[in-house]
Order: sequence, then C-alpha cells, then structure tokens
Amino acid sequence: MNATPVASPQAQGAKTRINDFSIQVATVNGSGSQTANMVLLRAIFQMGVFVSGKNLFPSNIAGLPTWFTIRASAKGYVARKASNELLILMNPETAKEDIASADPGALVIYDEPLQLDRIREDLHCIPVPFQKLVTASCPEPKLHKLVKNMIYVGVASRVLGVDMEEVRKAIAKQLKGKAKAIEMNQTAATAGYDWAMEHLEDQLGVRVVRDNKTDGLIIIDGNEACALGALFAGCTVVGWYPITPASTLVETFIEYAAEHRKDPATGKATVAIVQMEDELASAGVVLSAGWAGARSMTSTSGPGVSLMSEFIGLGYFVEAPGVFFNVARTGPSTGLPTRTQQSDVELCAKCSHGDTRHINLYPGNMEECFQFAYDAFDLAERFQTPIFVVTDLDLGMQNWSSKPFAYPDKPYDRGKVLNQQQLAEAKDWGRYKDVDGDGICYRTLPGTAGGKGAYFTRGSGHNAYALYSEKPEDYIEVMERLNRKYETSKTYVPAPVIRPMGSSIGVLAFGSSDPAVIEAQDLLAESGLPTDYLRLRALPFTAEVDAFVTEKRVVYVVEQNRDGQMANLFREAYPEHGTKFKSVLHYNGHAIDASTIVDQINAFEQR
Amino acid sequence: MSTAAPSAPTNRLGLTKQDYVGSKSTLCAGCGHDAITTQIINAAFESGIEGYQVAKFSGIGCSSKTPAYFINQGWGFNSVHGRMPAMATGACLANKQLINIGVSGDGDSMSIGTGQFVHAVRRNVPMIYIIEDNGVYGLTKGQFSATADKGSSLKSGAVNELPPIDPCTLAIELGCGFVARCFSGNPKQLGAILKSAFAYRGTVVLDIISPCVTFNNHDASTRSYKHVKDHDFPLHDLGFIQYSEVEDVDIAAGQTELVTFPDGSKVAIKAIREDYDPTDRWGAMRTIHESMEKGEFLTGLLYINPSQPPLTDLLDLVDEPLATLPESLLKPSREVLAEIMASLT
Repeated sequence: MNATPVASPQAQGAKTRINDFSIQVATVNGSGSQTANMVLLRAIFQMGVFVSGKNLFPSNIAGLPTWFTIRASAKGYVARKASNELLILMNPETAKEDIASADPGALVIYDEPLQLDRIREDLHCIPVPFQKLVTASCPEPKLHKLVKNMIYVGVASRVLGVDMEEVRKAIAKQLKGKAKAIEMNQTAATAGYDWAMEHLEDQLGVRVVRDNKTDGLIIIDGNEACALGALFAGCTVVGWYPITPASTLVETFIEYAAEHRKDPATGKATVAIVQMEDELASAGVVLSAGWAGARSMTSTSGPGVSLMSEFIGLGYFVEAPGVFFNVARTGPSTGLPTRTQQSDVELCAKCSHGDTRHINLYPGNMEECFQFAYDAFDLAERFQTPIFVVTDLDLGMQNWSSKPFAYPDKPYDRGKVLNQQQLAEAKDWGRYKDVDGDGICYRTLPGTAGGKGAYFTRGSGHNAYALYSEKPEDYIEVMERLNRKYETSKTYVPAPVIRPMGSSIGVLAFGSSDPAVIEAQDLLAESGLPTDYLRLRALPFTAEVDAFVTEKRVVYVVEQNRDGQMANLFREAYPEHGTKFKSVLHYNGHAIDASTIVDQINAFEQR
Repeated sequence: MSTAAPSAPTNRLGLTKQDYVGSKSTLCAGCGHDAITTQIINAAFESGIEGYQVAKFSGIGCSSKTPAYFINQGWGFNSVHGRMPAMATGACLANKQLINIGVSGDGDSMSIGTGQFVHAVRRNVPMIYIIEDNGVYGLTKGQFSATADKGSSLKSGAVNELPPIDPCTLAIELGCGFVARCFSGNPKQLGAILKSAFAYRGTVVLDIISPCVTFNNHDASTRSYKHVKDHDFPLHDLGFIQYSEVEDVDIAAGQTELVTFPDGSKVAIKAIREDYDPTDRWGAMRTIHESMEKGEFLTGLLYINPSQPPLTDLLDLVDEPLATLPESLLKPSREVLAEIMASLT
C-alpha cells in the first residue's frame, strides 16, 4: 500500500455510498468486454453484495458501441438506475457523449490519450495508460484488445475496494477450464490493480464493503432459467428458428439436454430438437408434436410470433398443446432487436385471426422463469392449447441474482388422454365432447391400437365428434366451450403477487418491471404516498385480480410499451371499472427504472 | 374388426379392403384425386398396413381434403395452407413408429409451401409426400398454379407465360431417395409405386398428375385427361414384392432390375425405355429434362436410393415414441438440479 487515503472530489461533504452505486462501462461490441464486465459483476457478487448487470448491446457482431451497467444495492434493488457513480469509458467513438451525460461528481476511468479531463471539471477523472499496461502484461499483440478490458477490471477493483482474490476467482469461474486464458486474464487484471495501487489515491465516494447478502445465491439469465424449466418438464420435441433475444433459450436447452436427456440404458436421446427453416415451420412442429403426444416447445420473439400466428390459431381451434416462449424485444417490425420491451402483450393474448384467447404466463424473476416454464407444459397438456410464456430481453438475456431453484416435485400433468383400454371402456367417445363440463375434452394419440380412438383433426368447422360441420349450432357449441375451457384455466394459472401497504391506490405491473416497481413503491411510500402493488402473473385474470381492481380507487398499470396494451386488456375485461386504469409507460428500449414510475404516478396524483 | 362380408378377401392382418376406406368424398365427380384415394386404399390394404399406425396430414385445397377419404382407422390432420410438411415433421418426432402420409397439391406445395417442401425433403422426413398435381387452384375456382405448363390456358382463355416448377427434379436435386411421377388415370402403375412407397424409410415424393375435371379439363390445358393420356410415357413396368413374399416370388431375369429396401422388400423394374436407370441421379435428371422439353409426361419410378437415413435416425432417438416416455425417463433427478445450481453460484 503506497497510496494514502485521500477523499475524492465527489466524497467531499457527501457520505460514502457503500454497496449502493451503478457502474457504466462503454466499450466496442465484439471486443470481449462482456467477459470483463461479468468478472467485475461476479467479483462484487462474491464480496456478498447484491448486484445486477445489464448489457445494452447493438444489433451487430463487432464494431458498434455497447454499454454494460452494473448496479450494486444493499437494499436489494436490481432495476436499472438512471444515474451512474462510476463510468469506465473505453470507446473513443462515444467517450465525449458518455462524459457529457455523466452526473456531477462521478468517477471516470478512461484511456489516457482521450484526454477527457479537458471536457468537464466537475468529474473525478482517472486516466489510465492502457496501452502501456497491455504491452507490459501480455506478450501476444493479437490478444491485446481482449486483455485491455481485463485491465479496467483491475483498476476498477482498486477504485471500489474489491478484493483482488475475488477477481481472480471470478476470472476462473467465468472462463471455466481454459487454463491459459485464465492465467492471461488474471495477469492483466493484476497489472491494472497494481498500477492503480501505485498511482491512485484511495477514493471514499463509492465503496464495496464485504457483506453476506449473496450467500447461497446463483447468477443466471432468464433464458437459461426457462431452458432448465423445460428440461425438468420433460420437453420432448423442440422446433425452433434463431432470433435475438430468444435463441439462447433453445441453445442452452440443447447444451443441458445433451448431458441430461439421454436414456441411461442406451445412451439415446429422449428429446428431438430440430432447427427449422422458419418460425412458421417451427410452430407447425410444436403443434403437431403436441397433437401426437409430445411435450413440445419453441422459443421466439415478436416477429416470430407474428409469423406463427396462423398456426397458433389452428392450435387454439383444433386444441393441440404446445409451449411458445416469447422473449420480447422492441418492435414494431425489426425495431430495436437487441433492446427490451413489453409490447407483445396484446399479440400473445389474442394471437391469430378469428376469436382467440390464450393462456399467458408472465414470469417476473428467475425462479418464476424456471417454475412457469415447467408449469407451461402441464397447462398445455391440461388445456390442450398453445401456451405463451412471455418474458423479454431484460429477463431473458440479462444476468440476475436469484435463490437457487427448488426441485419441481409436482408430477407431470399429462391431461385428459385416453389409452387403448380406456377407449375400449368409453361409451360414445367424441373428441370434442365436454363430458366433465369444464370445457376440456378427452383426446387420443395417433398410434393408439384398438381401432377406437382415431379422429380427423381440422381447422375448419367441426362438431363434438370431430366431423366436418358448417352448422351454426355446432360452431357456436365449439366456440362457447372454448370460452368455458378458458374460464376453467383461471383456477390453474398462477395467482398474482400482492405487496400491500393498506392503500386505495393500486399499482399493477408484470414481468421484468417488477424490480423497478418495488423500488418505486418504496420511494413513493417514503415520500408519503403508500400504494398497493399487484404483480400480474398470468392471463386469464384470476379472482384475486378481480378483487384488486374492484377495491382500488385507481389502478396505475405500469408497462413497457407505448400503447398501454395491458391496460387495454383490463379495460376490456372490466368495462365497469374502465376509468380507473391509468397508464404508466416506458418504451425507449432501455429497461424501466424506478424514477420513471415515481414521476408519472406523482404527476397523476398532482403531487 | 372386419366390417365387410365374410367372403371378402383379406390381407396378412386378416383385414378387408373395407377396413381401409374413409368417409365419402365431396370432390367433383370424376376428379383425379378420387382415383388416387382409391389406390392409396388398395396399396395400404395389399401391404397390410396397420391403420392405427397411420397419420395423415394435409394443407389446404381440394387435395388436402382427401385424407378424410381413406384409412379411417388412422389419425388425420388437415392443417393450414402449405404447411403440411411441418405437421408431418412434428408428428414423426413425437412418435417415430407412425406411418406418415402427406397429401398436398401443386398450389399447396409448389407455391405457398415450397419452402416447407424443400426442407422436409432435405431432412428426409419419413413420409409419403403426395402432390395431387392438376396445375390449377380448384377450391378457389380455377387460378393457375406454379406447376402449370408454359403456354397452357385457363377456361377463361388466360395463357400461362411462366415456366413451371417441377417437383420431381427439385426433389432429386435436394437428395430425395424416392421420386416418382404418376398419372391418376394409370391405376396399375400408381398402385405399384404406392406399395413400394409404404416400404420405404424416408421422404417419398410422388407427383401425381391428376386432372381437374371442373377447371382444367378443356382442350387447351396440358393437365386434361386427354392431353395427359396422349403424352404419358411410362418408363417401365413396376412390380413391388413385400419383404414377406420375396422368397416365394420367382423374379424374372433379363431386362428386370431389382432395387432392395432395408427391410428386404424389392421393387422389380422392367424397363420400357432401355436407357433409363432409376439409380442414376444425374441420368434421371437429364432424361426428365429432355422429356419435359418434348412435352411428355415421363411417368414411373424416376429415382431411387433406399440407403439414406431418415431424420428420425439422424437424431439418434430412443426406440419407443417420445410421446409416451414415462416421467422417470424425462425428469432429471434432484441431484442433477443441485449440481446445476452449484455451478451457477
């Protein structure tokens, strides 16, 4: 220790922010910075500090600017924060813009030749001679670009007070098994740390102090969590087509299935995964495999759902099961394909032509991504219909801290399927006969022997015995029964989670908005406006949702789209309460933050 | 199980032809498609196919209605326009023991569904892929399809100026191991090819010229009964010998070539055209192209290569259907989850 503790400009007169700050790293896409950022995030996590990371990346393989934000929060808030206390600026293209937007007093680590200290005087500038450090620590010029990023991890660790031992462990974890890469990166990080020890004074504005908030927690993204849910749910057929941000869901599933879905007796696969030619074919595979008795799924995003919508209407009308993951991104059209949004709400609620209504699940955290993915296969087979699991890029591709997932003990619900013996005993079986009055009929699977179960499935009009019919009464019977089936599903889908504060003001949100809403609810309460928060977890709306809507004087519907799509579904479902629903909206491609919600609710409340 | 009179002939399963019929056709009287349906029933009966193992798929159009008209003991799925191949793909993955029959039309497969046709063939999805080809959209009352020949005209007098897409050369190009063209008005040849198709493992592409009696049976059409009858050039006489019968049949030597299937069944091909070898991929392509230039419909088994693994083999799946695997084989253990969770800390 050859540097003496001296308060940074930021800390003068202000108290130290301990385990409560945001870091933004600006780099060039494809430069390997994701690894460095994950190491920094992991090292803070290993210090026992609650931390979340968001990668704001362009639709590009290499060359365009990318940003990564890391938020540490002692209170456990993990939503994106609008302001950052530490900036690491590695991209000359955006450095001037980045520094212009920095909050006064922020710490800024940057490459010395950029001379950013000449631009603003109200920041705490830390110029680092990256090139010199890279050359000294890495003999291979080809790898300089990659290693350079690890140097800023070392510098930042010194600036924040992160233990270098945790950084070294994080590197080993992140690059599992690649001994040479681990050594090279550890050397680079140490070079950065040592340089900082020698040249920087201690700063007291922003510190990481060892805590125990992350004991036993895991770090995972939502796509991996959904993939694990599907793995344990026994998904047997996957038809898919690559699309950002949904591809890694199936790709992770493929990795896990290769290891965990082999028949131990023969070593043969118990799941078939086929990359199809497009989303239309993927949807066809999902529904026909479901029709034939498999537990089937696909993973896609908004444009893919648009392409699948004809098939999904078929699935609804012929009553074929299948699980459709929609990892939503910013639309319409190609939109911002690497940015997040909740703008497929209405699309998934009513996907396809004609009168259609679908069961939708909205996981709001990693445990729910796992659990709802698991449950979706049960629901698909119980209700013999396409099920949407709707997440978004923020849940799907960002890294979240989570409790480890509980083992899903609940046995599979394979729904109402008649086997050969049951068919032999059944009297007057009809594929679309509502024997139990719950709207769910008994189906049979192709290949069932005995000569009694065959039927003809058609997207055109059909009667209770699956025979072609254009009779008005037959059509009405089917459509009314489908509604009855949807009603039945209200007692099967997950109920909402309510965070009450004894208020007549309701706040309603779903999915990835949850962390920002919790933080906003606390901020509003601190400022004297308590609210009750309902997090919706499924369509159709359950009895708990009915009660919440009925008892509140106003319901602020928080969602990440322009048109207030969820609020529209509420106005349609509860016309008598139509004027209660006020939209709190955020839709610029970035994840929602608490201040956006607080500001809009305050404006409505004229505070 | 048999519902016909006791005197009716039975197949190796003890079933009569009546056990393979479907519901009554609602197509126009004299439609070529109905003749194809009859031959599917005959071939399934003669081959002794278990009806409950059959899955029938179709898209949209006149042809796509026909799976309701044969093998009532099998499951049928009339899906959406041009997407029949995806349906067959999903079902074969769920249950690889199913015998899949897909019926499509020239509009369904060569226009809206060309992409699906191409990729199903490329994957070698185990199915008999029948294209009931009349060169016209019948169900929407007579618009040209993409297989209509250049210069042919509609009833309205409109002339097609665009070149046709030929499903057979396309299939051969894509590596299909069983490609045939037939005429719905030649039941003997069609029956032999369908029986061979039932024994094949992989995608069978059958382009069956099937005149539309209502919209495309006039003199200026190249898909009319008269025109096809006048221009049909069969390549060979075909005989199909089921694996169970191979040893009992005395196969004629000489001009007859035998192609053996993995299960031991054989197709005996007696050449009419001496220069034609259906195992020669590029020779087949050349002969088909030459005949098209002459305005002929070359019919018969155009190309065969029974050694290609179907999609279900490539995926190395367990032997039993995925659809009915028990939870004990599908859900990884508590220990596996604990191990995965530990790797994520």
